[in-house]
Amino acid sequence: MTERIVIVGYGMAGARLAAELHARGGDRKVTVLGAEPHRAYNRILLSTLLAGKIGEPDVELVEVAGQGADVRTGTAVTAIDRAAREVRTADGDRHGYDHLVLATGSRALVPPLPGLEPLPDRVVPFRTLDDCRRILAAARGARRALVLGGGLLGLEAARGLAARGLDVTVVHPVGHLMERQLDEPAGAVLAGTLGGLGVRTRLGVTATGVAADADGIRLDLGDGDSLTADLLVLSCGVRPDTALAAAAGLAVDRGVVVDDRMRTSDRRISAIGDCAQHNGTLTGLVAPAWAQARVVAEVLTGADPLVRYRPRPVVTRLKAAGIDLAAMGDAAGAPDGGGPVEELTFADPARGTYARLRIRDERLTGAILLGDNPAVGTVVQLFDRGAPVPSDRRSLLLGRAFGAAPAAPAASPALMPDAATVCQCNDVSKGALVACWRAGARSAAELSAATRAATGCGGCRDAVAGIAGWLAEVDPAAGHQEPSTDRVEVAG
Amino acid sequence: MVLRENGEGVEVAARDFPTNRGGLCQKGWTAADLLDHPDRLTTPLLRDRPGGELRPAAWDEALDLVATGLRAIQERHGRDAVAVFGGGGLTNEKAYALGKFARVALGTRHIDYNGRWCMSSAAAAGLRAFGVDRGLPFPLADLGRADTLLLVGANPAETMPPLMRHLADQRERGGRLIVVDPRLTATARQADLHLQPLPGTDLAVANALLHIALTEGWLDRAYVADRTTGFDEVRRTVAGCWPAEAERLSGVPVADLEATARALATVDRAIILTARGAEQHAKGVDTVTAFINLALALGLPGRPGSGYGCLTGQGNGQGGREHGQKADQLPGYRRIDDPAAREHVAGVWGVDPAALPGPGVPAYQLLDSLGTAHGPRALLVFGSNPVVSAPRAARVESRLRDLDLLVVADFLRSETADLADVVLPVAQWAEEDGTMTNLEGRVLRRRALREPPAGVRTDLAVLAGLAARLDAPGGFPTDPAAVFAELRRASAGGPADYAGVSWDRIDADTGVFWPCPDEDGPDTPRLFADRFPTPDGRARFRAVTHRPAAEPVCADYPLHFTTGRVLAHYQSGAQTRRVAALRRAAPGGFVELHPDLAGRLGVAEGEEVRVVSRRGELRAPARLSPAIRPDTVFAPFHWPGAARANTVTNDAVDPVSGMPEFKICAVRVEKA
Repeated sequence: MTERIVIVGYGMAGARLAAELHARGGDRKVTVLGAEPHRAYNRILLSTLLAGKIGEPDVELVEVAGQGADVRTGTAVTAIDRAAREVRTADGDRHGYDHLVLATGSRALVPPLPGLEPLPDRVVPFRTLDDCRRILAAARGARRALVLGGGLLGLEAARGLAARGLDVTVVHPVGHLMERQLDEPAGAVLAGTLGGLGVRTRLGVTATGVAADADGIRLDLGDGDSLTADLLVLSCGVRPDTALAAAAGLAVDRGVVVDDRMRTSDRRISAIGDCAQHNGTLTGLVAPAWAQARVVAEVLTGADPLVRYRPRPVVTRLKAAGIDLAAMGDAAGAPDGGGPVEELTFADPARGTYARLRIRDERLTGAILLGDNPAVGTVVQLFDRGAPVPSDRRSLLLGRAFGAAPAAPAASPALMPDAATVCQCNDVSKGALVACWRAGARSAAELSAATRAATGCGGCRDAVAGIAGWLAEVDPAAGHQEPSTDRVEVAG
Repeated sequence: MVLRENGEGVEVAARDFPTNRGGLCQKGWTAADLLDHPDRLTTPLLRDRPGGELRPAAWDEALDLVATGLRAIQERHGRDAVAVFGGGGLTNEKAYALGKFARVALGTRHIDYNGRWCMSSAAAAGLRAFGVDRGLPFPLADLGRADTLLLVGANPAETMPPLMRHLADQRERGGRLIVVDPRLTATARQADLHLQPLPGTDLAVANALLHIALTEGWLDRAYVADRTTGFDEVRRTVAGCWPAEAERLSGVPVADLEATARALATVDRAIILTARGAEQHAKGVDTVTAFINLALALGLPGRPGSGYGCLTGQGNGQGGREHGQKADQLPGYRRIDDPAAREHVAGVWGVDPAALPGPGVPAYQLLDSLGTAHGPRALLVFGSNPVVSAPRAARVESRLRDLDLLVVADFLRSETADLADVVLPVAQWAEEDGTMTNLEGRVLRRRALREPPAGVRTDLAVLAGLAARLDAPGGFPTDPAAVFAELRRASAGGPADYAGVSWDRIDADTGVFWPCPDEDGPDTPRLFADRFPTPDGRARFRAVTHRPAAEPVCADYPLHFTTGRVLAHYQSGAQTRRVAALRRAAPGGFVELHPDLAGRLGVAEGEEVRVVSRRGELRAPARLSPAIRPDTVFAPFHWPGAARANTVTNDAVDPVSGMPEFKICAVRVEKA
């Protein structure tokens, strides 16, 4: 009988799983039930949508179609009947399953502040496409926006709104931005960078209440101050959506508890993405969610029964126009574990650059790179793979990748050793050019004709001309000899 | 280049031509050294018994023996028990004649050539996207006028030095050169920006570039709407290819990816070129496709001064892949499984279309099957040296040894000839007329300057001699002009249409660009101005995603291994290793590794090391260089024996093109 797989949730994890299953072919019926009314979208691009650089069609995700795939949007699941192995939907349907996958995601947290119940029109969390639409509607004609929460998502929203020309202030209860990923100096450099991009920050101050009316909103702060704006975006974290799982009696902690094969306490039910808690950890990121989707697809199709989910180390990357931040590992706080560590830092706050690397046993255990750090790609790879760091640590802070020296400026002809190759294409050394000059060649053209230097790629034309000029100065006497038309043996 | 007879011998001189602009590298300057080289073969060689020595023989004896052997093998094991292996250095006439010989004289479906290991990924991707495969759809000189030029996995400063003159022009005009290469090559040193990805991650880089162009609003949406199909799926796919993920896979900083995308997207004239570094992978076709997607999304192909192209490798790498040396192909870049193509070509050849065999298998698959239960028992090799150039070469060598009959036509005793039962001495470049088609799709003349030495025959004469002994239908003329006349008729109406190309016309101008269907009509220096040669006239996007290398690194084989060329040598080195000046410039194989890696291994400069993969090992001196990534080692592939890089390489192949994964496999490095 055709195997029936039901996926609850049509966000980035659910859509990816449907695509992964589809790509593996086979005889199975895959039903995807999504509560939101629209097709799956790319949540990561919402801040780009906010910035106005792309349109809504650009955030669409790859959609599975045909061949056993049944995608139902606007279909909220209300209950799981594990005994009957079926789920029930808000419109009264029942869908039987042989295997059920929960990809219910997470919900934006609305902080328990006076004035947010019910949520006023101009106060919007930043989580879904509909949230994004509401923010954009409110931003139309607006001048000032507030963002509550200085984590990664809040800063992306702030950057997006600033790109639309709004005057944006981020309010954050901790003393520096992105405190989970950054140390204090990095937070300060980041605040400076944001300031240059039109995003102000109010740090170390809590919000105490919100007042909203037709003209705008007012955010009251713990220090007695208050800020007014046309729009308030909430970015105060998310909470895994575990209601269905809990009601069905599955093991739920902060998220739905899963094993290395992403199975819940019921072997016929898996959970992936933001709603899943693996090894005590919630991910909240797309890359792990997609890796989990791949694991479930491999398990369910039997393609690789031994597959296990192995989380990769997390690298937080904030990349928006004017901001380049990478943070990973234990660099934000005290070293994980004992033993001697090396700390490398570089700071140029005036130019928005900050770097901090922590190394133990020749491996990176953490890094924060903010601003112009040419070796960021190398650092990310070394951290990701646990690979040994270069013997010259400076290359990680200052160098281009791997510390390879930039092409040396052409040495002056006088200082160049005779054995130095001038023309790579034809293997002609400085010594061969000098010998050719002494044999009577009198110009760069004659040197080239006799030795073939500069007749290949032409890249050494200037060098040959330089040597000819130098020889004309230092060795004019050689001109007594008759110019020779013999070919000079040039290879050395 | 041009040749002069100077009384004592032949002398090479540069010719000022639009492609090379008068430049020649040392390989060109010294090419005449091979004409009268002491190693030159001037008599056929035969091996009387397996394991015996090759001995000189007369031509009739050699050809009789080959023909008798081929007949006997085909009678016992069927037509497909004989295979032919060609080369991308053969002239158009020879490549054409070889394909015809296989299909008509031997009646075997088994023919393929070393270009499969060179151009096949770019060719397949080009056909899929544009409906045609011509390396550059525009003259090379366009490079010099590009505002931005992106070179992916190309190192022309060492592989094609005269091309650098166009790049120098480009930079003098203020253009930007961006090079993608795991090594800081001589070409990369000249770049404004060098992206140094881990081998095998170019596809991820390309998708990230397109992601950036998408999210920055840099797409040419009007072009995409008017001239292409399939973009929506690509857009949805690359929207999930975050630059940060590409950075993690490749090591290329996001900021550099952004700078590259910006440089390509925000100028008038941008050109993207791929070469073997991106193509010689088990995902080579998809990698090229990703760069074509980027070019299409930016509206480059067909826009004057812009476009996508690939840098063709071998001397006749372009022409050699158009006229029937490929397993699935008939002359004019026709498909052998297309009934109309079969009928047309069979008509020209004067045979029944039903008698033409069907498609064979790609080169590695063919060589891998030799001498096995269901594989061919005999192989004829023309213009190739697979013992050195094939992936997993020790395996290929063992397959060649298991053949009942190996025949090699060459002008030097290559390592493959060393294994042959019969070696046939053939003419070389200055001794025969013909045409070559260069990377621009420009058909060029090769002129005979002198007669071949006594005892040497041309490849065409060898094929004619064998065809006669095999009582083959159809004609096998030995005059290249007659072969070209036939090629023109056979290619007429095909994608690579040479019908209007005559030798006189080539001579009168600086070559003729195909397609050129009419002798009185124009040729085609630039393709795609108004339409693409697809059924609906539109270019085709195709969504592709990164996948890991066929052989991931692991605890036992923790390093990435990649291969390539050095300036002084060409291909398997059978020719260039015999030129004294080139040997002096690059005397032997080496293993390039980063000083940090060498330090961890305790290896000093010049010390002998072993590079070990699951397939075998190479031994060569270490060359320490900060120009390579510390997680990757490099060896050039020009040398046989202990230093043979291809002993180590992986024989995993691309599912579409059959291209082997020369450019990445897992190894460990040990002190020898």
